[in-house]
Amino acid sequence: MLSMQIKTNANLVLLFALFLTPFFLQAKDSKSSEDLKTEIKEYISHHLEDAYDFSLFSYTDASGEHVYIGIPLPVILLDNGLQIFSSSKLHHGEEVAQVGSNYYKLDHGKIYKTDAAGTINYDESQHATNVAPIDLSITKGVASMFLIAVLMFYLFTSLAKSYTKTGGVPAGIGRFFEPIVLYIRDDIARPNIGEKKYGKYMNFLLTIFFFIWFLNLLGLTPLGVNVTGNIAVTFGLALLTFLITNLTGTKDYWLHIFDPLGGSMKWYAKIPLYIILIPIEVLGIFIKPFSLLIRLYANMQAGHIVLMSLIGLMFIFKSWLGSPLSFGLAFAISIIELLVALLQAYIFTMLSALYFGFAAEEHEHH
Amino acid sequence: MEKLISEFSLGLFVWQTAIFVGLLFLLKKFAWKPILDSVNERETSIKDALAAAEEARAEMQSLQSDNQRILKEARAEKEALLKEAREAKADMINEAKAEAQEEAQKILTQAQEAIQNEKRAAVNELKQQVGTIALDIAEKVLQNELESKEKQMQLVNQLLEDTDLK
Repeated sequence: MLSMQIKTNANLVLLFALFLTPFFLQAKDSKSSEDLKTEIKEYISHHLEDAYDFSLFSYTDASGEHVYIGIPLPVILLDNGLQIFSSSKLHHGEEVAQVGSNYYKLDHGKIYKTDAAGTINYDESQHATNVAPIDLSITKGVASMFLIAVLMFYLFTSLAKSYTKTGGVPAGIGRFFEPIVLYIRDDIARPNIGEKKYGKYMNFLLTIFFFIWFLNLLGLTPLGVNVTGNIAVTFGLALLTFLITNLTGTKDYWLHIFDPLGGSMKWYAKIPLYIILIPIEVLGIFIKPFSLLIRLYANMQAGHIVLMSLIGLMFIFKSWLGSPLSFGLAFAISIIELLVALLQAYIFTMLSALYFGFAAEEHEHH
Repeated sequence: MEKLISEFSLGLFVWQTAIFVGLLFLLKKFAWKPILDSVNERETSIKDALAAAEEARAEMQSLQSDNQRILKEARAEKEALLKEAREAKADMINEAKAEAQEEAQKILTQAQEAIQNEKRAAVNELKQQVGTIALDIAEKVLQNELESKEKQMQLVNQLLEDTDLK
């Protein structure tokens, strides 16, 4: 039932994009197609980045002014104490925001401290040299995560409650989620971690699976959020897997890293091998979660780029043949993206469980 | 790579970690633990119920075979009883027949003996009477001997006529 909803949502993304993009692009109709391509490229790269407000769409009015429709979000800066103000003050980088005696300006998606005129100095490689205060804003991504967190809390506490009400039988949407919870327990946690120790990892595995999955799905809605395609988010998730793996590592896990050959050889024979082996094993500790963070980031990022490029193609072709064709392609890709959303959540959870399994292993000898 | 690092937003990372860890602990307490507990409970109860059903089935089977056995035993016992009864009946009849035959034989023998006795007594009595009659006749004959021959004959005839053979 939910997946049906998601599908309709995905269709809605496309329909929405179809209806909205003209607003954004119409004004530039007179310009050359080269401009259109650059604009689409900018639009896509803008979408892939995090934003300080929840923008629904934007257009250029008759007087040439950009009009943005959306919800502004709070900006929180650590700059001589907390500086909190609404992102509407930034005007999408077009104006300087004055907060108390400080001036801030948005430049290429980052907030810099400026003077009253909003001058931003660049070095040779086009990097702004202004001071960038520590930025803890509730950005679009953070707001989306809060939304998903609240949704998950509501969904799974109601599932938990339905058990006590109906005596062990899930009710409502829980009927859809219970088999997934059981799948994670029986087909991900148990075989990878082992019957004895899987219990203590279940909370993390379940939370991370649904968190990634829901955020991936939210990325396919017309809201156009790209949270799991953001390297900071996937880094945070992979860091937790890394920490849990190594903090729960047993003696055998560490022995496997620092003494991979065990008692199968004499110690003096092991020395030359270990000069190579131990650095590889130690590197492996970091490479494993690193692969997690890059895989999720790259997959979601790529999915969004492909999808949006195909939608953009419709406006570049502007023909009776080309546009429907790219619409059809975008439609097909968005359905594949639904699968990818689930698959990436599954892979992240599965591999985390596998790493936990390494950490939790216990042998008589090795 | 440089783009990746410059894209890295510390704020997003901090918020993400905070939200995720917070969510993890909230869900752990309010969702995953109760969900997994009730699922486990349900599974054990199903397992128990299945085991109990299996046990009941086995018990039922053993009961059934018990019943079968008891029934068989009862039938065998009935058979044995009937056989015994038949034998007893035949015995009794045979015994009764033998006894009756014996009794009849005895009665017959007694009757024959009695008849024999009676007969002997009767013969004896007849002998006596014949003797007596003969003596009487002889006496009378002897008394009337001298009167006349004719008269003697007459007397004898008369005596003979008078004599009543008892």
